[in-house]
Amino acid sequence: MTDAVLGTAAVPSSSGHSAADEGRAPLTIRALTKRYGDTQVIAGIDIELRHGECFTLLGPNGAGKTTTLRCALGLTAATSGRITLTGLPVPERAREARMRVGIVPQLDNLDPDFTCAENLLVYGRYFGFRDADIAARIPELLAFAGLESKRDERIQTLSGGMKRRLTLARALVNRPELLVLDEPTTGLDPQARHLIWDRLKRLIRDGTTVLLTTHFMDEAERLSDRLAILDTGRILTQGSPRQLITAHVEPQVVEVYGDWGGTGRPGGGAEAWAERHATAFARRFEVSGETAFCYVTDAAPLIAHLESQPGLRYLHRPANLEDVFLRLTGRELRD
Amino acid sequence: MMPSHWRLPRLSLRFVPVWQRHFLVWRKLALPSVLGNLADPMIYLFGLGFGIGMLVPEVSGVPYITFLAAGMVCYSTMNSASFESLYSSFSRMHVQKTWDAILNAPVELDDILLGELVWAASKAFLAGAAILLVVTLVGFTEARYALWVLPLIALVGLTFAALGLIVTALAPSYDFFMYYFTLFITPMTLLSGVFFPIDQLPAGVRFLTDVLPLTHAVQIARPLLLGTVPEAVTYHLAVLIAYGVAAFWVALALTRRRLLK
Repeated sequence: MTDAVLGTAAVPSSSGHSAADEGRAPLTIRALTKRYGDTQVIAGIDIELRHGECFTLLGPNGAGKTTTLRCALGLTAATSGRITLTGLPVPERAREARMRVGIVPQLDNLDPDFTCAENLLVYGRYFGFRDADIAARIPELLAFAGLESKRDERIQTLSGGMKRRLTLARALVNRPELLVLDEPTTGLDPQARHLIWDRLKRLIRDGTTVLLTTHFMDEAERLSDRLAILDTGRILTQGSPRQLITAHVEPQVVEVYGDWGGTGRPGGGAEAWAERHATAFARRFEVSGETAFCYVTDAAPLIAHLESQPGLRYLHRPANLEDVFLRLTGRELRD
Repeated sequence: MMPSHWRLPRLSLRFVPVWQRHFLVWRKLALPSVLGNLADPMIYLFGLGFGIGMLVPEVSGVPYITFLAAGMVCYSTMNSASFESLYSSFSRMHVQKTWDAILNAPVELDDILLGELVWAASKAFLAGAAILLVVTLVGFTEARYALWVLPLIALVGLTFAALGLIVTALAPSYDFFMYYFTLFITPMTLLSGVFFPIDQLPAGVRFLTDVLPLTHAVQIARPLLLGTVPEAVTYHLAVLIAYGVAAFWVALALTRRRLLK
């Protein structure tokens, strides 16, 4: 045992990275594969994180996001591939690498028997920090989470959003250079989500590298410097949100729906309209259920036409990540 | 790339914060926990000791309750270690996901399991020592060698905690533990000399009793509490240690297979 000898380690005095770390990426994943029996869960993934960026793995359920994280953190062995975390090989030295990583898991696993402050104290001990050092850090962690008044409250009394914030604060106990979050806002209400996003933006601004998984497009678009879209264990594309939108879809989207012609007949809706008229206005269109999605560069002619069609309604909006995502992964359900 | 689940346990002092966590939880509930631990074996000891003691004047040359005292110390230690390493460890592993949280820190599964082992043995030590204290104070035992039973209690706690962790590693739910108690713990208690001397058992059954770990604990504890030096101490200790070491290794391999996938 060479480090983290009990009660001798000090909490690092600042987060982010030192000059010596400039040369290496917080996380590098090369040609990662993972199979369970005959099932290939990850089929060759390459990722390299840059210092101080927010990188997002975006994908439908079962795309391999969580498995990728588990491999990266050394919590499960890859079938093949090379991983370095904070410059150390994984899984061989994953435990040491986790000294400099903060992890927010998908499901809350705070200690229900403890208060907020005790949760932070007990967690800090796992890093080998002295009780006095952790105790000195607890007020700032609680303040960051907006939980100063809940210091001595049991976990059961906290709302879902408070628990998430405390889990986030817990992950910061070691001032990590890399913060990993697995679906950080799943199950939260809008107010709670915005509060988490605000805290993450603050951490990113202060130099912490962030790796997160999500299936929320708005979350990915809001937070990420770069993102990778994952499906069936492969990266379909990666880049900045803007780059991906520009590269994969037209800039404008018009969603057309309603009862075309006001006849109320089956098949008289947007689909029938799209078959007759969409190609005249849109470079590309898709019909999904009751809605026709028209992808256009200039929406004005299409909108002028739609205004003259009785019964049809439309929504005109700029293209977003969801359009890219659906274009690349398809519209069918992933159950 | 895929390391074997059967690789050697990597043990370190990192288990201490895990132990401390369990201790902090226990401290909040200490009083009912201690009373609960003490009540069950006391009821057995005094109920059976006096009840059967009235029918059977002497067993192995001593009053029945004196004979039973050593058995109860071992039984109580075993039970406490088993309950903690089954129900409580399972709660932390499977229900509360406490282990998942710890694994996200710079701690390995090996450290967590060692923490569980030592914690269950610590609680068992408390339970066994409490019974020992009571039977010594009440005068059911010869106090001369009573302190020598303490290290034995510690070892019995470790051995049965390790055995319990195997069952926890395999358990799909709490119901599974019933099998362990009804098929292993209870029959073993009856065949290990806790309640009656094993030399009266038929030879075929004697072979079985010699294989059971609890027998070896009782074989050391009883002479000590009767004020005599036990025979073949090294052999009995070696059996208990062998069970403990092997069981911990198996438990660790099975837990790695379950969680690190």
